[in-house]
Amino acid sequence: MLEVKDLTVRVGGFKLSDFSLSIDEGECVALMGPSGCGKTTLMEAVCGLRSRGVLSGRIFLGGVDITNLPPGARMIGLVPQDIALFPTLTVREQLEFGPKLHRWDRDEMRDRVEGLASDLGLEQLMERLPKGLSGGEARRVALGRALALRPRLLCLDEALTGLDEARHDEVLQVIREMIEREGVTALHVTHSKREADAIADRVVVMG
Amino acid sequence: MLFLIVVLIAYVGMLVLMVGANVLTVSWEDIGNVLRDADIQRSIKLTIVTCTATAIFSVLVAVPLAYLLSRYQFRGRAFIDTILDIPILLPPLIVGLSLLILFNRVSPSTCCWMMAGGLCLAACVGCIWRVKGSGRSMIPRALLFIGGVFAVAAVLIRGSGSLEEVTSGLGLPMTFHPLGIVLAQFPVAAAFAVRTMRTTFDQISPRYEEVAMTLGCHRGQAFTRVVLPLAGKGMVAAGTMAWARSLGEFGPVLIFAGATRGRTEVLATSVFLEINIGNLPGAAAISLLMILLAVAILMLVRFFVGRGGAI
Repeated sequence: MLEVKDLTVRVGGFKLSDFSLSIDEGECVALMGPSGCGKTTLMEAVCGLRSRGVLSGRIFLGGVDITNLPPGARMIGLVPQDIALFPTLTVREQLEFGPKLHRWDRDEMRDRVEGLASDLGLEQLMERLPKGLSGGEARRVALGRALALRPRLLCLDEALTGLDEARHDEVLQVIREMIEREGVTALHVTHSKREADAIADRVVVMG
Repeated sequence: MLFLIVVLIAYVGMLVLMVGANVLTVSWEDIGNVLRDADIQRSIKLTIVTCTATAIFSVLVAVPLAYLLSRYQFRGRAFIDTILDIPILLPPLIVGLSLLILFNRVSPSTCCWMMAGGLCLAACVGCIWRVKGSGRSMIPRALLFIGGVFAVAAVLIRGSGSLEEVTSGLGLPMTFHPLGIVLAQFPVAAAFAVRTMRTTFDQISPRYEEVAMTLGCHRGQAFTRVVLPLAGKGMVAAGTMAWARSLGEFGPVLIFAGATRGRTEVLATSVFLEINIGNLPGAAAISLLMILLAVAILMLVRFFVGRGGAI
């Protein structure tokens, strides 16, 4: 499904050299490694956010070369470490953001957003702004926003960092259920071995 | 601690004494006379109109420039940053004099040649940097193209008189005309607006745009749909800052637009004209009016920036 071939990316003074990775359809891979080894850089390159920094190598998604595609054309959902919910939009508007941009049919969009809200337990929060959400709720909204377009790949960049243990396990469970329910291929960057074992089919360690 | 309190009292005391001296010089009758004076009424109207126009133009220019400087890493950014600060550092009279010379001694053709030369030089420097490092090729090419457009324009409009003659021919006279007030206020006001907007954009995480782009936005849509709503308060702060700065602009206005009673008279020049005719209480009353306006604007800025500025 996702194939990264000999990718070399330079971001500022950091360089990720000749990295290769392969993920099968529907597989969930946890990417681990010490701080500064390039996990986030790799994920950003896969999402198309560091295209100018790609010096060599190719990225294929579903057999299609996406190395030079803009981020929006890749159909990859991203849940970043800092969550980055748009502060001026309500939970409903966050979930509708992608479908509206892609000019989905109104009924289809409503069904999708309500379905996601139900699956993620967000029904009571739909008209709230991000500042009124707890850490766990914000992560569930970010997950819903990333999944709303039915992406081919879901990228989670240390999305559970900063949660207390109870919330951490709760959100981890939600993520696992959503990945299974949606049947989406996932790449999960984490520092936690326990988290990786709990969510991933396979763990890749970057050196 | 005692030293800090002494410094605080000395500085704040000086400011209070300055305002207090104005208040003591002015009677209610003086204020009434000033507010009833038809010339001062016109001056107040012209001040509000020109300051508002300048503030709007400043924000329109500041938003894209500040976004460019905040979000894009490119060679020569520090140089552009420095150039944008020049209006703040220049003596105000020089700003007015430069505008006066530009509009009355330089032809549009020469302006175009200067722009073409500057852009071609920047493109050459960009190319040399690109060869040395990893600079982008698109920027030198774009600079060269725009420089070429200016060169063609210079050839086409050769011998068409001064810039003032051209703008007057288009129905937009600048020198010693109310429109010139906006132009004279603009360079410094815009520089302050750019600084304010830069701080605003620096406070907004680029991650919002990146997430928006993964959801299907191109960079322009990410800016308009995500960044701009977040920058709303910063835009208001930049606008009020530009407005307040325009209110106090005197040197450039005097040199470029003049101080003709009832025509190009704004509040800052009204003070100057009242002093010239020996009406100190009148000048002090207008000063008091300007202080009140400035304090009101400052409180507005504090209200917006103090409540988070960007977000």
